[in-house]
Amino acid sequence: MTTLRIPTPLRAYTSGKGEVQVTGAKISEALTDLTNQFPAIKPHIFNEGGELRPFVNLFVGENNIKDLQGVDTPIKDGEKIMLIPSIAGGNYG
Amino acid sequence: MVEELSHQQILRYSRHLLMPEVGLQGQLKLKNSSVLVIGTGGLGSPVALYLAAAGIGRIGLVDYDTVDSSNLQRQVIHGTSTVGKLKVESARDRLTDLNPDIQIDIFNEPYTSENALRIAKDYDVIIDGTDNFPTRYLTNDVSVFLGKPNIYGSIFRFDGQVSVFYAKEGPCYRCLFPEPPPPGLVPSCAEGGVFGVLPGTIGTLQATEAIKILLGIGEPLIGRLLLYNALDMSFDFVKLKKNPNCRVCGPNADIKELIDYEEFCGVPGHHADDTSAGAGWDITPQEMQERLKLDPNLLLLDVREPHELEIVSIKGAKNIPLGEVAQRMSELDSAEEMVVFCKRGSRSARAIEILSSAGFKKMKNLKGGINAWAEEVDTSLPLY
Repeated sequence: MTTLRIPTPLRAYTSGKGEVQVTGAKISEALTDLTNQFPAIKPHIFNEGGELRPFVNLFVGENNIKDLQGVDTPIKDGEKIMLIPSIAGGNYG
Repeated sequence: MVEELSHQQILRYSRHLLMPEVGLQGQLKLKNSSVLVIGTGGLGSPVALYLAAAGIGRIGLVDYDTVDSSNLQRQVIHGTSTVGKLKVESARDRLTDLNPDIQIDIFNEPYTSENALRIAKDYDVIIDGTDNFPTRYLTNDVSVFLGKPNIYGSIFRFDGQVSVFYAKEGPCYRCLFPEPPPPGLVPSCAEGGVFGVLPGTIGTLQATEAIKILLGIGEPLIGRLLLYNALDMSFDFVKLKKNPNCRVCGPNADIKELIDYEEFCGVPGHHADDTSAGAGWDITPQEMQERLKLDPNLLLLDVREPHELEIVSIKGAKNIPLGEVAQRMSELDSAEEMVVFCKRGSRSARAIEILSSAGFKKMKNLKGGINAWAEEVDTSLPLY
């Protein structure tokens, strides 16, 4: 079991949950478990071809999976996964 | 170069002068520094206030908007007495009152590819206090091209992010986010709301980083991203690396000059009208009023969230929040005419896109949303 942190913009698709427990030895398996539990989140993370959308960043512990082995990055016991989307807010206008 | 402080200034900055990390030399450094703050809204307010209080010698403010009552829940540099004034003038007056010693440059114009390099080139540090993707990418690219640190802060509802993007020493914004999300996937603050104190926290952290960098003290957030959640009261840090494929700061960068950021992000930026569903779909509040006189049973579809109905609603309207329109369209009759509305008209425009692609034709989008209805037709209703 690994804890996957969901940011506010995506909590609309996880029944409001900020943390979801997922299983999987690597990132791709953890994400499959997430999208099985919450199918509505899938189009916000993956494109039509099943690849991670470029504006979605996943971190295992402190590290971006793009700097590791991508979706094949293994998850060690107790490591937290964080989904980090781009947000633009602020109040310019 | 200012090389000494007056007696009055020594007293004003005495709590800085007492700390060896700042001291007289540090305070003189701040006095000889300049910072450009893009946006004088939720983030820009605390940023500019603390920079002015700290004695930054020259502060540039860029904004093209006027102060509105709905800003005051979080934009603490402005006040009730400055509602309706230009934001840059309202902010300048407040900063001058806080610290008359410093120079405030104001730019009452949108920050665009045409003026950004000219505006930014004479400042030491750039602060990103914007609220839209095109201006964020522009701010990043300008900072990379001019070799200046970009102090990044971004907020959404209860979440905040802070980092220092400084391509000379670490990654830039594009290293982390090579592309913006497609339009419509992330709602704006005007649609999604924002916890008023959140930009205070994030903006204050941005000001902290700017002052540290100008003083050359501590560990700046270069190569690290701070993630804050106000509800959980959690601060998390992740490591950011330079992306070797980055299109502006990588070794094979192919973007060498400022581009059309609105086209790149697929969204209109400044003065954008995202509240129109396009030619033929829109109906004005007055036209809707006429239609209702002819057909009092005209279906009104309110696509706002249930908690917004508590603020204000139109009697008899059916509520299906935008996020549920795709699943619940079987509750609607495509043969029946309807007017779709939300707060300002942008969510209803998206609902019309969804319904239209499912074959609905007899729809209109209430231009300006329930706010325009309250302003122009039923003035007994509140604006929000």
